[in-house]
Amino acid sequence: MTPDTLSALALSIRVALVATLLNAVVGIPLAYVLARRRFRGRGLVDLLVTLPLVLPPTVTGYYLIVLLGRRGWLGGPLYTLTGWSITFTWYAAVVAATVMALPLLVRTARAAIESVDRDLERAAFTLGRPEWRTAIEVTLPLARNGILAGLVLAFARALGEFGATLMLAGNIPGRTTTVPLAIYTAVQTGESGDALVLVAALTALSCVVLVAAGRLGARAT
Amino acid sequence: MFRALVVVTIVLASGGAIAAQEMTLSVAISMKEATEELGRAFMQSRPGVTLRYNFGSSGELQKQIEAGAPVDVFISAAQRQMDELQQKGLIVLATRRNFSRNVLTVVKSADSTLDVSKPADLLDPRVRRIVIGNPRTVPVGQYSEECLRTLGLWERLQPKLVLAENVRQALDYVSRGEVDAGFVYTTDAAVRATRVKEAFRPGEDTYRPVVYPAAVVKDSRQPALARAFVELLVSADGRAVLTRLGFQPPP
Repeated sequence: MTPDTLSALALSIRVALVATLLNAVVGIPLAYVLARRRFRGRGLVDLLVTLPLVLPPTVTGYYLIVLLGRRGWLGGPLYTLTGWSITFTWYAAVVAATVMALPLLVRTARAAIESVDRDLERAAFTLGRPEWRTAIEVTLPLARNGILAGLVLAFARALGEFGATLMLAGNIPGRTTTVPLAIYTAVQTGESGDALVLVAALTALSCVVLVAAGRLGARAT
Repeated sequence: MFRALVVVTIVLASGGAIAAQEMTLSVAISMKEATEELGRAFMQSRPGVTLRYNFGSSGELQKQIEAGAPVDVFISAAQRQMDELQQKGLIVLATRRNFSRNVLTVVKSADSTLDVSKPADLLDPRVRRIVIGNPRTVPVGQYSEECLRTLGLWERLQPKLVLAENVRQALDYVSRGEVDAGFVYTTDAAVRATRVKEAFRPGEDTYRPVVYPAAVVKDSRQPALARAFVELLVSADGRAVLTRLGFQPPP
């Protein structure tokens, strides 16, 4: 394996792990709120979270540039203040992977939470548990397998992210070139040996992830 | 219901029937406007002929042809990609023509206040990011690397370099302000004259001349038409369009 191949593998795994953690932090509360609360703008939140699932990744990538680029709505002020911009850094790959993976976690976790027996939650309520404790002690543990399956899917999606990553993070060997981007470059430059190694690695990892998700999904029902 | 689906699928799938005479040109993206303009004239004088364009970096286009892409004409921004196809016997040698020359320039965004007026200014810490084409596939990146190596800046600028997939992406990064400077051709800078401005022009003796070759691809199904297009590039009409768009005559 060449150093670029190795660094792509290491970067991909790091990006996917961080993106999955971010997904857990943001996505699980979001899934809970969407499943159990009725509030104004709920439909809009649901729509925004789900959009990356149906939009072409390049469109999501474009929105991320508009938002986070050096002249973006958020990225512009940040750059003026600090002289730092997220584009072309590995953080950009994390953001792209997180946004692209979020719908998979939220939809899976939400379905799992919705299928939790509400009588059990009510019982916890009547025993004096406030809602947040009920959620943490009753609802989420009961929906655990569905949530874990969602996290596994999110990890797989983050690992495979290509389009939005290319747009926001670029394709800089050793810095932002994740495995899917390295495969693309290797094929472009005719280095089919490198491509093959990475293709095999990603296929194997994806199989492991799918089997794991399948087991968790089966236990959830 | 199912039958209707099958019928609709077949109708849709058979929709892309090939026009009477269709020809595909794989064109180095820096030649986009020139090829499109010449292509319009080419089609006007030949009713029934349709041109399809496939723009990209020369390296990317080369690999596509090696993989058997159905291409009739290859227009490259460097000799290397054409040479490699020639060695593999994938182009018609007798049709190969050098038809144009280009020059490197360093651009910055139109509203940039950074003082970048000579190569050494690229080392200034305020110049945080510099875009070049990926030297592995993008000719403008190969020329940029040569230039920076000659100037003794290549190693020192490594941490600042952002690699683009083709010269227009490099140009786009500069015009969007995502990077502070970028290496493109003068003709590309002219295409986005409102959004980028020239910072400085590296000496033309710091990199090998940028000479564009064109040739008919061996497996072309329209060899006569393909040859006519290559000849158009070197004709007086072709030269006039290229000159107007800022390209120089070949050496």
